[in-house]
Amino acid sequence: MFNLEALDLARIQFAFTVSFHIIFPAITIGLASFLAVLEGLWLKTHNDTYRDLYHFWSKIFAVNFGMGVVSGLVMAYEFGTNWSRFSDFAGSITGPLLTYEVLTAFFLEAGFLGVMLFGWNRVGRGLHFFATVMVAIGTLISTFWILASNSWMQTPQGFQIVDGRVMPMDWLAIVFNPSFPYRLAHMAIAAFVATAFFVGSSAAWHLLRGNDTRQVRKMLSMALWMALIVAPIQAVVGDAHGLNTLEHQPAKIAAIEGHWENADNGPTPLVLFGLPDMQAEKTRYAVEIPYLGSLILTHSLDKQIPALKSFAKEDRPNATIIFWSFRVMAGLGMLMILAGLLGLALRRSGGLYRHRGFLRFVMWMGPSGLVAMLAGWITTEVGRQPWVVYGLLRTADAASHHSVAQMSVSLALFVVIYFSVFTVGIGYMMKLVRKGPQPHHEHAAGNTFGQVVTPRRPLSADAENLDTDARVN
Amino acid sequence: MGIQGIDLSLIWGVIIAFGVMMYVIMDGFDLGLGILFPLIPDERERDVMMNTVAPVWDGNETWLVLGGAALYGAFPLAYSVILEALYLPLILMLCGLIFRGVAFEFRFKASPQKRHIWDLAFIGGSLLATFAQGVVIGAYIAGIPVVDRQFAGGTLDWLAPFPLFCGVGLIVAYALLGSTWLLVKTEGMLESRMRLFTRPLAWLLLAVIGVICIWTPILHPDIATRWFSHAHLVVFGGLALLAALAFFGLLSTLRRRHTHWPFVFTLALVFLGYIGLAFSIWPNIVPPSISLWAAASPPTSQLFILIGALFILPIILMYTVWSYYVFRGKVRIGDGYH
Repeated sequence: MFNLEALDLARIQFAFTVSFHIIFPAITIGLASFLAVLEGLWLKTHNDTYRDLYHFWSKIFAVNFGMGVVSGLVMAYEFGTNWSRFSDFAGSITGPLLTYEVLTAFFLEAGFLGVMLFGWNRVGRGLHFFATVMVAIGTLISTFWILASNSWMQTPQGFQIVDGRVMPMDWLAIVFNPSFPYRLAHMAIAAFVATAFFVGSSAAWHLLRGNDTRQVRKMLSMALWMALIVAPIQAVVGDAHGLNTLEHQPAKIAAIEGHWENADNGPTPLVLFGLPDMQAEKTRYAVEIPYLGSLILTHSLDKQIPALKSFAKEDRPNATIIFWSFRVMAGLGMLMILAGLLGLALRRSGGLYRHRGFLRFVMWMGPSGLVAMLAGWITTEVGRQPWVVYGLLRTADAASHHSVAQMSVSLALFVVIYFSVFTVGIGYMMKLVRKGPQPHHEHAAGNTFGQVVTPRRPLSADAENLDTDARVN
Repeated sequence: MGIQGIDLSLIWGVIIAFGVMMYVIMDGFDLGLGILFPLIPDERERDVMMNTVAPVWDGNETWLVLGGAALYGAFPLAYSVILEALYLPLILMLCGLIFRGVAFEFRFKASPQKRHIWDLAFIGGSLLATFAQGVVIGAYIAGIPVVDRQFAGGTLDWLAPFPLFCGVGLIVAYALLGSTWLLVKTEGMLESRMRLFTRPLAWLLLAVIGVICIWTPILHPDIATRWFSHAHLVVFGGLALLAALAFFGLLSTLRRRHTHWPFVFTLALVFLGYIGLAFSIWPNIVPPSISLWAAASPPTSQLFILIGALFILPIILMYTVWSYYVFRGKVRIGDGYH
């Protein structure tokens, strides 16, 4: 019989490796589009600030891309090694979607990444811009396939069950399943917002250290425009995504709200804070606001939302976790909107680049987008439990039959290796950030970029030394 | 099976076999450099060794990702059973490849005092990944018991003499690929030293192939029947003859100080071994019992991904050829292109 502990370890292992991995693609998606915008603005305005920023962020993009490739290699194998029952059950749908993602990623890497990273002096400006735009589109197409696969697992359709396995019937229905448009938009915007705060935080760091250049100012300004416009859009998209979830996965919403039972005909309050207790079937220390739950989730003052007790005990997701992961995400989202608004106010009063309190706030908000994104993924993935394919296959029936010992050894290996390897990589990225944007000299760049042979490895895009410390003058 | 008479499973079987072969050949000499690293203590020569593959190694590794994803899409049963059965060796392989890959990049960026740490990561990662791949191949040939579409063997089935021997055997094979690759790509002291290493490595590989050829039919009567049955004897006899020719070609061109031919003959040896393996298990994708068609995803799945593959694979191939063409020629000491 399957051992629950091994299942827990398998879930922890997947959560660990995929959480580590998603950070890199998210920044890749955001930076690729940012770089396309920078290069486009440079070509349009001939303002060299944009070109300098392009070269600064393309080096960081390259290192980040490399980390994403290395950590992604593990993901392509983990579905089979750890979740073989799932792969056999749903592989005829999730397999092709993953295959398309890999093909897209290769196409991008083979075709345009090399030109984008190493072709500045070797191809015309128009062609180089085209390559950058294609890389940006390529990252979004990759997102498309991965999100299609995940959304199908959340809201499956377009299939039949034949011999106890999934058989695809309609690929359009499979890809464009009910939760897909919302999830795709929410994730793509999350990547943009996370990148905006990464960029803005880097600028704030430099300004706080007196490195007040036009490039650094432009970075901060662009990041805060992005926050001002896109963070509120994300809130609207998130709300729509929540309504979609209410329709297709009501148990997930009930768990997020820590909402156990409906009183007779009354509107549902919003539990602001509290501690959902899965054993006692109630939310302890609940701070409630009347009517607000109905207002947010049904956009009315009298309709009720489903309650956890109306679902069988074995069908309930863990409310303790996703009640809080959701609030971390939503709370950080509000802080991001606040940062955008404060930025606008300071821009009007002229203190945007000087207000130290605000700069400190923006600097500390650097990881907020990534943390919010991870919290959001935890909410939707833990909220899908106990199913791996919603309503079709339980997570407990999806895992490979590995022993506790085997799972412990592999998990320990992954933790040690990921922390040792990727902290070096992230440290190197941070070092490039600390170096700051420099004026780009076309002739000097020839030494680095314009040789007879073209390296196309992402990480070799910058010759910066790994160990010696870079200082801002 | 097929749509309008097209056998999609066969097409996908060939595509995946081709992808894995591309991986074995191309990442084979990359990993071989890591295996040869301990024999070359000189830092500048180590730089040269890494520079000969630095522009292409990550492209080589992508074939492994493609192989895994395509197996998942086209043969989900094979993907789930093989990967579950070979859990630990595959995880070790991935760990090795992570260390190898990151060492590749950060060795050049590290300060001289810390470079030896990345050297160790490069050597250890290459050895671990190669050994684990050999164990995977050995355990795969040895067969993966499947009952009711599920892996029915034990956790440590792969921890047997035959797979472990294959692990050591693959280290020899990759080392030979690496040393002959360096004959093509380097000159001077490094090239002469590689010429010195290549001969014993070639004999060692011959011994390994010999042992595997004797051990396999003893271990697996069904493979023995296949090898020595009348119809197939011609095929396997032909393969053996070609392998013998390739081996003597390797030795004689090595003696006559050719730079390119030893590598070509080594590639031929590896290719022939790979073909021999494919013929031995055909038409199974999970030996000894599950055929390509039994493991296949529905035709609609296979057709769906075939459209993308037929569009993108030729472009990837052209780009691969182009990047090797751009980086042709010898790499010299001090030739940092990065």
